[in-house]
Amino acid sequence: MNDRHMAADPGVPLLEMRGITKRFPGVVALDQVDFKIHPGEIVALIGENGAGKSTLMKILGGVHQPSAGELLIEGNPVQIGSVAEASAFGIGFVHQELNNLDNLDIAANVFLGREARRFFLLDRRTMRAATRPYLERLGLEISPDTLLSELSIGQQQMVEIAKALSMRARILIMDEPTSSLTLGETERLLSVMRELRDQGIAIIFISHRLGEIEQCADRVTALRDGVNSGRLARDEICHGAMVQLMVGRDVKATVARSGGERVPGYVQIRDMRTSAWPGQSVSLDIAGGEVLGVAGLVGAGRSELAQAIFGVERALSGTITLDGISIPTNRVKACVQNGIYLIPEDRKAAGLVVEMSVRENTTLASLPRYATAGLLLGGETAATETQIRELNIKTPHAETAAVNLSGGNQQKIVLGKWLSMNPRFIIFDEPTRGIDVGSKQEIYDIIHALADEGVAVMVISSDMEEVLAISDRIAVMSHGAISGFLERDAFGEEAVMNLAVMKPPSPSTL
Amino acid sequence: MLAKISRFTGVGRRELGMLVLFLILCVIATLGTFEAGIEESLFKFDRTVTEMKDGKPVQYIDTMGSKFLQPSNLQNQLKMIGMFGIFSIGVGLVIIAAGIDLSLGSLMALFGVVFFLTLSSWGESMGLPLPVRAFVAVLAVLVLGVVFGVFHAVSIAYIGMPAFIVTLCGLLGYRGLARVISDETTVSTKGLEYPTLDYLCQGQFAGIPLPFIYLMVTALIAWVVLHHSVYGRYIFAVGRSEMATKYSGISSAKIIGSTYVICALLTAVSAILFCFYTGSVSASVHGNFYELYGIAAAVLGGCSLRGGEGSIVGIVIGTAIIILIQNTVTLLGGKSAWEAAIVGGVIFIGVFIDLVLPKLRAAK
Repeated sequence: MNDRHMAADPGVPLLEMRGITKRFPGVVALDQVDFKIHPGEIVALIGENGAGKSTLMKILGGVHQPSAGELLIEGNPVQIGSVAEASAFGIGFVHQELNNLDNLDIAANVFLGREARRFFLLDRRTMRAATRPYLERLGLEISPDTLLSELSIGQQQMVEIAKALSMRARILIMDEPTSSLTLGETERLLSVMRELRDQGIAIIFISHRLGEIEQCADRVTALRDGVNSGRLARDEICHGAMVQLMVGRDVKATVARSGGERVPGYVQIRDMRTSAWPGQSVSLDIAGGEVLGVAGLVGAGRSELAQAIFGVERALSGTITLDGISIPTNRVKACVQNGIYLIPEDRKAAGLVVEMSVRENTTLASLPRYATAGLLLGGETAATETQIRELNIKTPHAETAAVNLSGGNQQKIVLGKWLSMNPRFIIFDEPTRGIDVGSKQEIYDIIHALADEGVAVMVISSDMEEVLAISDRIAVMSHGAISGFLERDAFGEEAVMNLAVMKPPSPSTL
Repeated sequence: MLAKISRFTGVGRRELGMLVLFLILCVIATLGTFEAGIEESLFKFDRTVTEMKDGKPVQYIDTMGSKFLQPSNLQNQLKMIGMFGIFSIGVGLVIIAAGIDLSLGSLMALFGVVFFLTLSSWGESMGLPLPVRAFVAVLAVLVLGVVFGVFHAVSIAYIGMPAFIVTLCGLLGYRGLARVISDETTVSTKGLEYPTLDYLCQGQFAGIPLPFIYLMVTALIAWVVLHHSVYGRYIFAVGRSEMATKYSGISSAKIIGSTYVICALLTAVSAILFCFYTGSVSASVHGNFYELYGIAAAVLGGCSLRGGEGSIVGIVIGTAIIILIQNTVTLLGGKSAWEAAIVGGVIFIGVFIDLVLPKLRAAK
């Protein structure tokens, strides 16, 4: 299929969406939106959460039907009635929310629905052989027989991409593909995208990582509140211009805080070993009022460390001291009672009970506080209203189910849950993943405000810009251990990267 | 406003639908079981019948009544709803916490055997006077309920064994144990009279059977706890997402475990009531399939087997529907074999409609 790398008529776009309007009950998600892409180009689609990017792409992917407007492929009007039809037109979708089966291996996932058969039986050898080149191309040095459940989220995302590639799509829609990838994996992905573009594939790249867009996009199309808000040609693409189109206002880059008083040694973690890295132990101090950024490659053991500190995962050994008091490990309740909280990486599975309302989620961790004699008699309403107001949570109602809110607002609910409980040491694990620029800034402000109040803050992030912008100090983890600390004056992408790829000394024999 | 009432009572569209179904079934039961010669019924009318007798027309008054609405039948059904409803609430709580308990019926066989043996042979060999035996028997069964409940709680919630497996083993094992203890015989009070116990289990108050009153009390307490207490909120949360609940600092093991203890305890209560209803217990058949009826009542009443959904009102209505269907089939003279088939069919249709209707509405 790659022979058709030149469109028959270079002037005609491979895909054009004209005047697309989409109405849902009570809301107009898209209003007269235009979009086009030619073969052999990367077009970035940007916009805040709720701007309509997902809806537009879902129409292209066959999940929704437009209420008005038309779709043209190579100049011919088409109807895309289902996901299968979209595939048939050569449209491949790599979703932000991973849709793979982790009880199967890589080859099985890549060939799901298109299994190779030999006399009615699964032809595993062919599938394995066919999968290998795609994995190599993406830099995944893993056998196609590996079960998906053994891979990290970042690696699973690579498999999603391999799957789309293997379906020989002419148009690849990549929805926040790098949100779970490490720096190295991101570089590889961007270069693969450039290669594919050179081979004539059209790539629609949806991302909030403006730096990556600057690196690889040929054009940028922006949406705001369901309408086109502007376009940028190659030489016009820059951070400021993109933010302007997305938000309609200038958003200042985060400024490092001058910081208030620090209480050194407020949090002391000693010799903590996680079950993911039993041979490595981690020790660190966080001052009260300090923001410690924790950087590193995916799989370095940062989330595992956070979970071991908080007690949701087993800590094989280690001690936690807060303000001089020893906190029992492996007991979430002990942490919660002492003001040690974790904002988890997976907000939909661990941060919230998504089917429950905003109110029920906000009060879940502190419920006894709103009860009289164990009964809930309406004490929660006031507290919920306060959180909604203070954190600017955009929800029609306190009873709205959390699943109906955008990612940014869902994250604010998780924050509200814990912030209402007087934190003393709070850990944020990937706090702004998949969240729009506006909400990101609000969350950074919250983090800084917490630190200003004397709270010890740990922020785990794979977003280099983010880590460098908001931290007072950075700890870089690699292979389960801390490979180094960076003070503000030593901050830099290269410095972080060097520490992140460093192999720590081999674990001492126990 | 409606939403507020709905949240307060825990009653939603699902429960209202089940209530409507229940009322329709009542009407069917009433009209379908109309017969001649029924003197006592809440719905009857007299009609004059003319017949030929010895060549001369003779008239007499015949009473047509609904067999269903006979006071004796209604009281019996209320009693059944009471006895079945109590343990259905128990298993309903387990289901809302995303668990399952398949061992209820077998537990009932075991409890029944222990109960009657304590009242008869064991009590005799311990030299206890009858009133003491009664007290000990009831206490013993309730304590056993807690013991088995804790056993389930520890294996399932703390050790992490799948609920299906643990309670399936219970299903097989407890009944086997019951048969061993009773030596494969049918146990009863062996002719001894226990008037107080008999009254407490089978008696009436203001015409309403006591088991039904016990059910109402249990349901009221359960309703307050499930829909208005911190503990109840935790049950819903852990049923929806155990992980998110853990990450909020709540001991999910404690919550899930406690539902198994409550379930076994309520089963113990029901077991005692059933003992005096049937008069004797044959370990191999007593309580057969009751766990499925309990689960069916819960599911019919709105408890999703995925967890995190359900209401006490729904469970009670679900129980009532199942008992009602059984009663109707019996009154119509159908073979008891039909009962199971019809109950199965009604539950299927009920859940099917509940699932499909909203999808149809959304697609329009």
